[in-house]
Amino acid sequence: MADMLKKVPVREQEATVRVTNFKEVCEGYNQEEAVKEASRCLNCKNAKCIQGCPVAIDIPGFIKEIQEGNIEEAYKVISKSSALPAVCGRVCPQETQCEGKCIRGIKGEPVSIGKLERFAADYALEHDIMPESSEEKNGHKVAVIGSGPSGLTCAGDLAKQGYDVTVFEALHELGGVLVYGIPEFRLPKEKVVAKEIEKVKELGVTFETNVVIGKSTTIDQLFEDEGFEAVYIGSGAGLPMFMGIPGENANGVFSANEYLTRANLMKAFDENYDTPIFAGTNVAVVGGGNVAMDAARVAARLGACVHVVYRRSAAELPARAEEVHHAREEGIIFDLLTNPKEILVDENGYVKGMKVVKMQLGEPDASGRRRPEEIPGSEYEIKTDTVIMSLGTSPNPLISSTTKGLDINRWECIIADEENGQTTKEGVFAGGDAVTGAATVILAMGAGKAGAKGIDEYLRNK
Amino acid sequence: MYRILKAQKLADKIVLMDVYAPRIAANCQPGQFVIVKMGENGERIPLTICDYNRVEGTITIVFQEVGVSTVKMADLKENDSFRDFAGPLGNPSDLVHEDLEELKHKKLLFVAGGVGAAPVYPQVKWLHQNGIEADVIIGAKTKEMLILEDELKKVSGNLYVTTDDGSYGRTGLVTNVMEDLIQNQGKKYDACITIGPMIMMKFVCLLTRKYDLKTVVSMNPVMVDGTGMCGACRLMVGDQVKFACIDGPEFDGHLVDFDQAIKRSQMYKTEEGRVLLKQQEGNTHHGGCGNCEEMTNG
Repeated sequence: MADMLKKVPVREQEATVRVTNFKEVCEGYNQEEAVKEASRCLNCKNAKCIQGCPVAIDIPGFIKEIQEGNIEEAYKVISKSSALPAVCGRVCPQETQCEGKCIRGIKGEPVSIGKLERFAADYALEHDIMPESSEEKNGHKVAVIGSGPSGLTCAGDLAKQGYDVTVFEALHELGGVLVYGIPEFRLPKEKVVAKEIEKVKELGVTFETNVVIGKSTTIDQLFEDEGFEAVYIGSGAGLPMFMGIPGENANGVFSANEYLTRANLMKAFDENYDTPIFAGTNVAVVGGGNVAMDAARVAARLGACVHVVYRRSAAELPARAEEVHHAREEGIIFDLLTNPKEILVDENGYVKGMKVVKMQLGEPDASGRRRPEEIPGSEYEIKTDTVIMSLGTSPNPLISSTTKGLDINRWECIIADEENGQTTKEGVFAGGDAVTGAATVILAMGAGKAGAKGIDEYLRNK
Repeated sequence: MYRILKAQKLADKIVLMDVYAPRIAANCQPGQFVIVKMGENGERIPLTICDYNRVEGTITIVFQEVGVSTVKMADLKENDSFRDFAGPLGNPSDLVHEDLEELKHKKLLFVAGGVGAAPVYPQVKWLHQNGIEADVIIGAKTKEMLILEDELKKVSGNLYVTTDDGSYGRTGLVTNVMEDLIQNQGKKYDACITIGPMIMMKFVCLLTRKYDLKTVVSMNPVMVDGTGMCGACRLMVGDQVKFACIDGPEFDGHLVDFDQAIKRSQMYKTEEGRVLLKQQEGNTHHGGCGNCEEMTNG
């Protein structure tokens, strides 16, 4: 008899092996493991896990189907609420959402909801099972800006309701942060992302790449010249932040966005692709979020010795526990309570080291976290030739600055109603990181759903 | 896919192409750029828009073979296609926003080096179409490397051509022509716009600072996305960090930290690579390698 208090363990690539390749770290459940794990679900009447899910998937419903071996049905239950289950099963922070609310978690480990979602979704990808088909076309044209998680969700939901949806993507590939930000070893591009986008296409959504809204055309032109009746902005938060310390423009200092875009979107790690990447020998990643972990783990796979430099302590690391754990397993060293002061530059303009200072935690600040303070006289130098700044991102002003009547707040985030995505401009809705600032895939998807609902109501009442 | 309607060799290793991209052609302005990508495995390459035809829906680009990708690109023929062609990116030239009547009273000098004649062309043409004749200097290494002379002649006030080796026009650098015009011929200018290799723009700015002549430069640093996402193109303008892709590409040349920008442009060039580059580029070598201290025309 299996220990019902514990999750069925999931198979992973060995740390020493995976750090030499870009293949997926987590191998997922097979059917036997999935059915076994599904049997741990108590099928609660008042399921708390659903409340924890930003897109309110009927979690006990799909798990029950897995218990009974109806994997196709399980997928169909999920696909009613989520357009990207194979993505979410991999990158959602389940520990603070569905699994965080699971009754099993009170005494023992919660049900492994994320891994079960992934199992059902992967099954559907492998067996070409389509989501529930859409209603008759209603002839109303809606434009979606950005093909990241928020835009894809909004487009998928609207297409299911019969809308004629076109998604405009600025880059040459579809997927937004799913392709440029999250690395292959956490989220396979061809096997998972491209296939899930293909399903959104099959719902009747049209995609146009290389269209930079605000430059190639504007929102006003979409309404006036192209006959769109509503627009959803899901353009994300793509602008990288830097620290403003001396030496930051040296050769070998990158934003995490640049480093990850070269590796993920442009596939610079693959010699068959033309884009170069400056891999580095001793890499320092500054920051402690999921993006910092991704950058650090990419650098490790490119052969570097990697340090994560973070100004607070381990308890405050904003990255998911699983990511930190994986990073440590892969040999990444954490220099905690440490903050960069200056990047040291050689005569040719390249990084030759970094001056850092030790920190201690003081009184809690506005965010409720204890404020890090420098320990006087504790400066020292660390050996590094490559510094990756992973300090967060902010929304790109390309759209807000070219759209009259679209108001933003002081962080350049678009102002939009949380319930329905309505912005200050009629017919224009927004959600995801463009509204909230950098957050998670699933929250962006939740906002995409709300936006689709808002657009449907708006066009019905128009 | 974005079809190539015309592919023409302008000079050794310099190619002009008209590409069908109606969305971009409808909305672009002088001073902006596009990002092109040849195939699935290619790099994203920023190129300043050289001309556009709103009726035909075409964009003209001119590029020099300087690396793996541009060498491959030069092999493309009429009716071939680019997989990706995005834009228009960056901000239009300040000229486009200025009051035309005020602009008519200004004396403008354009200084182009090498392939930089291409992005200068749409600005001079735009001015010409609005009844303003600007003086233009174009510099090239040799007569064979000179591009767009006839086109520029049609839209410029005075056109001055100079080559490093004296094989055509005047002999010497663009800065020699500038000195001659301003010091010997008593020409007075209200503003200078210069586009070319960074090292050339640096020296043009050093000279115009002496004359207290306001100078605009168009920066062409390393870029990946071209939409503000990566920060690879960052440079110091005065005491501020700017992104060439969304804050530029044009900046006040007297505020740009060229030495840093030149170093940053060498990021992906190794020692061996630089030597190879110099060999490959032959007489198109424009000083981007980091080994050359001296300025050339292009």
